[in-house]
Amino acid sequence: MQQHDKLVMMANQIAKFFEAQGEVRAVPQIAKHIQDFWDPRMRRGILEHVASGGAGLDPLALAAIRKLHPAPQVSAHQA
Amino acid sequence: MTLVTEIDYGTPASKSEKTVTLTIDGVEVTVPEGTSIMRAAMEVGTKIPKLCATDSVEAFGSCRLCLVEIEGRAGTPASCTTPAMNGLVVHTQNSRLKQLRRGVMELYISDHPLDCLTCAANGDCELQDMAGAVGLRDVRYGYDGANHVFAKSKDGAANDAWMPKDETNPYFTYDPSKCIVCNRCVRACEEVQGTFALTIAGRGFESRVSPGMSEDFLDSECVSCGACVQACPTATLSEKSLIDIGQPEHSVVTTCAYCGVGCAFKAEMRGEEVVRMVPYKDGKANRGHSCVKGRFAWGYATHKERILKPMVRDKITDPWRETTWEEAIGRVVSEFKRIQYQFGREAVGGITSSRCTNEETFLVQKLIRAGFGVNNVDTCARVCHSPTGYGLRTAFGTSAGTQDFDSVEDSDVMLVIGANPTDAHPVFASRMKKRLRAGAKLIVVDPRRIDLVRSAHIEASHHLPLLPGTNVAVLTAMAHVIVTEGLVNEKFVRERCELDDFQEWAAFVSEERNSPEAVAKFTGVDPAELRAAARLYATGGNAAIYYGLGVTEHSQGSTTVMAIANLAMVTGNLGRRGVGVNPLRGQNNVQGACDMGSFPHELSGYRHISDDTTRTMFEEFWGAKLNPEPGLRIPNMLDAAVEGTFKGIYIQGEDILQSDPDTRHVSAGLAAMECVVVQDLFLNETANYAHVFLPGSTFLEKDGTFTNAERRIQLVRKVMTPLNGYADWEITQLLAHGFGLDWKYAHPSEIMDEIAALTPTFKNVSFKKIEEMGSVQWPCNDANPEGSPIMHATTFARGKGKFMLTEYVPTDERTGPRFPLLLTTGRILSQYNVGAQTRRTDNVMWHEEDRLEIHPHDAEQRGIKEGDWVRIQSRAGETALRALITDRVAPGVVYTTFHHPMTQANVITTDFSDWATNCPEYKVTAVQVGLSNGPTQYQEDYEAFAQASRRIAAVEAAE
Ligand code: SF4
Ligand code: SF4
Ligand code: SF4
Ligand code: FES
Repeated sequence: MQQHDKLVMMANQIAKFFEAQGEVRAVPQIAKHIQDFWDPRMRRGILEHVASGGAGLDPLALAAIRKLHPAPQVSAHQA
Repeated sequence: MTLVTEIDYGTPASKSEKTVTLTIDGVEVTVPEGTSIMRAAMEVGTKIPKLCATDSVEAFGSCRLCLVEIEGRAGTPASCTTPAMNGLVVHTQNSRLKQLRRGVMELYISDHPLDCLTCAANGDCELQDMAGAVGLRDVRYGYDGANHVFAKSKDGAANDAWMPKDETNPYFTYDPSKCIVCNRCVRACEEVQGTFALTIAGRGFESRVSPGMSEDFLDSECVSCGACVQACPTATLSEKSLIDIGQPEHSVVTTCAYCGVGCAFKAEMRGEEVVRMVPYKDGKANRGHSCVKGRFAWGYATHKERILKPMVRDKITDPWRETTWEEAIGRVVSEFKRIQYQFGREAVGGITSSRCTNEETFLVQKLIRAGFGVNNVDTCARVCHSPTGYGLRTAFGTSAGTQDFDSVEDSDVMLVIGANPTDAHPVFASRMKKRLRAGAKLIVVDPRRIDLVRSAHIEASHHLPLLPGTNVAVLTAMAHVIVTEGLVNEKFVRERCELDDFQEWAAFVSEERNSPEAVAKFTGVDPAELRAAARLYATGGNAAIYYGLGVTEHSQGSTTVMAIANLAMVTGNLGRRGVGVNPLRGQNNVQGACDMGSFPHELSGYRHISDDTTRTMFEEFWGAKLNPEPGLRIPNMLDAAVEGTFKGIYIQGEDILQSDPDTRHVSAGLAAMECVVVQDLFLNETANYAHVFLPGSTFLEKDGTFTNAERRIQLVRKVMTPLNGYADWEITQLLAHGFGLDWKYAHPSEIMDEIAALTPTFKNVSFKKIEEMGSVQWPCNDANPEGSPIMHATTFARGKGKFMLTEYVPTDERTGPRFPLLLTTGRILSQYNVGAQTRRTDNVMWHEEDRLEIHPHDAEQRGIKEGDWVRIQSRAGETALRALITDRVAPGVVYTTFHHPMTQANVITTDFSDWATNCPEYKVTAVQVGLSNGPTQYQEDYEAFAQASRRIAAVEAAE
């Protein structure tokens, strides 16, 4: 869906910045960046996308997303 | 209450560290070398009569009223132009001096109207005061001779020397019949403002003040800053509001609510009516100067379109219905609770305002985190300076500029990147220009030839007109030159920075592909110019970088900020006066909004929400459990809304529909929400999609603090009762009560105490402290009890400075055959941001509409002539506006401002954004431009929709 496209684009942009530092250093920094700045539903979105094949993701972004902590589930009626 | 009076020392302070001692009227006084006798006398309270001198400008020595006698010297020198020297014995009053002064005054008064009783300056006129001071009792010359006072002589013949009033400027008048030709206005325009709009035309008796070449004020170069009005000792130049109302009876010092310069003003009042705003000399950001917005454009505060009653409606197609505060607040509470029950706690959020005070911003994020129980809070800094926060934090460890504004006085080189200070930060621009006229060098990196590149007595050494979107490549190429030509400040790098990172970075920038020659292909910048600019920056002495939204609003915004930090570190231009990295912030309290924890991932003082120690501290203080996960940013909220997982938003003092990119996406997001709450002064564009409208208050109606671009916290003081009933912080407090929070703030100072208790960099900040010091720059804590004008003096906040690799990644927004031009956006002086305030003042006289600037070459190709309606299309949408043909923009680049909603400039901008912060890429959009015959269908439809949406139902007649 369109929403996933946007997340893929954002993840790829982040990966591009860290790429210059080489894979070993880049991957954990990309993961940390996503962990620190993306709200759980966005992280769930990108994880879903990866689970369904991860099309369009930069290899570094993909490697980083695999390292993300699972995002907590939020459901209605808990407020 | 009384008027805040400031001492006029007659001539500017001397900066010399050497002192001299002299005796004035028997009193010994020690002053810095270079101080005038006039100023030295004032230091000990002796007011020597004067007319042509005032301490905002250099002495001129023309009126001869300030004469003194110096023992052992012949004659009667003017005290304003005579420097104090060791051992001088000065007399300011004796019979000879008295005689001379009376003679001078007599001449002045014989060519001046005697309508003091009905004059606007009555009670505040230096000519009147001086007549009193010298004991003038009678004027021997009569008024029949040659004069400038009367339009006709007694026999009815026209008086050629007489000139009519010039009332063209909307805010002040010029009445030549009252002018004493003291030249203060001319010098103020030159020295304080730096515009050089005024001259003295003619000689001797003929001489008169003239804007430009005998033009009207409105048609001249004048930018309406008002410096001349303030300098004028008579009623010749007077504020129209003063003429209209009369002399003020009390004044209150407060802070401008327009831009990030943060000028301090005296609000001069009669009761609760503002008579005029006069910049405050002790204001450390502005030093007694201001621009047209702060000084004059405050009429919006009482504009008839201001909404004063809360309003609600069920659907956005309904007309608004006025209601009580109880009902409006109750509606927000019940709707948000319903939404959270139905769609999950995370389905709501809010936006804090960079126009509101620190205290108000802090409360909004507190309400969202502690009341709604979510971290979905963001602020409009997202769309302007979020990359500054991220980039500077990575390099130095703090998310703020490194200097105070005074620092510019010690700069030898200024590198201005993607900023247009004369329009966006006018008062600071005046200070820059002053330093540039005194010899500092200027480098401008901007796609457009901004005014600073070439203006009165200023010429940039280098202008690098890069193609929009290539900042990183240009800055990395500058670093290439510095490293490969051996211009690195090795001592600084070795002592202050992480060496491994530096070495890796140096190798990276040295690669051939980063050389000026290699990048020229896509940056469009002449490599020789780029090399020369890099050398000048590295070797020209104290070099300071000033940058603006042209840096941050790009897909590589954060990378550019890091590239800037790298340049400053590699040349050692940090940690002292005259150097540094200085973001020029847009809105008045952008810095404050960021400091106060407005971002979804961090609490006040830039501490991540997942940090357990910090979060626990807040939880204990607030008595509420906080979510440790980062929340949604503005663009993410809109995405989530379109997707259906985000349904309610509380927006304080922002107009995201007009200010955020990709208007269609924003409106789709807003339209998908079930409860949009807008708190603002006017029915702004976002309010077209709102269900609840809470009327906000102006900066004149509240107490609080703003933090300007130099981290300076200044007080905003209430001068009138809120017309809407509540200050904005009180409205947030009412909402909080609805969400079960037990807040009991009686005054904003209590909120600041809470901020200080929870935020290490604000530890010693309090209203009392700011009151005592006038203002304070954070960090203000035990290590820096008086605040920190200049940061990173000995070590960086993070310890060692960190060089980051800044690989240039071209934006996805490329030009191609369909969209061959690059659009970039900006702002102009007389308007402010989305213009909601300035459009409701006479500032519209300078900017009635947004125009599209296009190079003559591109215009000709398309058959476009000056003033034609043109259609501008991008892949996101299209809009139409009128063309302005100019070579300020390079071929291939077009430019517009975004002050008027009708322009819909953001219909064209795309949803691309900065990789790190999602700050939108306003500054680059690929477009096509062609002739059209008027506004687009979309603009017309929108106009109709906006009209319909603003309807307010007539109140039923009371029974
Ligand atoms: S208002 Fe400012 S720019 Fe205009 S003439 Fe006066 S000092 Fe110059
Ligand atoms: S307009 Fe005012 S400041 Fe200017 S020369 Fe005349 S009296 Fe002096
Ligand atoms: S808008 Fe900016 S420069 Fe102008 S008076 Fe206000 S703070 Fe100063
Ligand atoms: S004040 Fe010194 S000559 Fe006018």
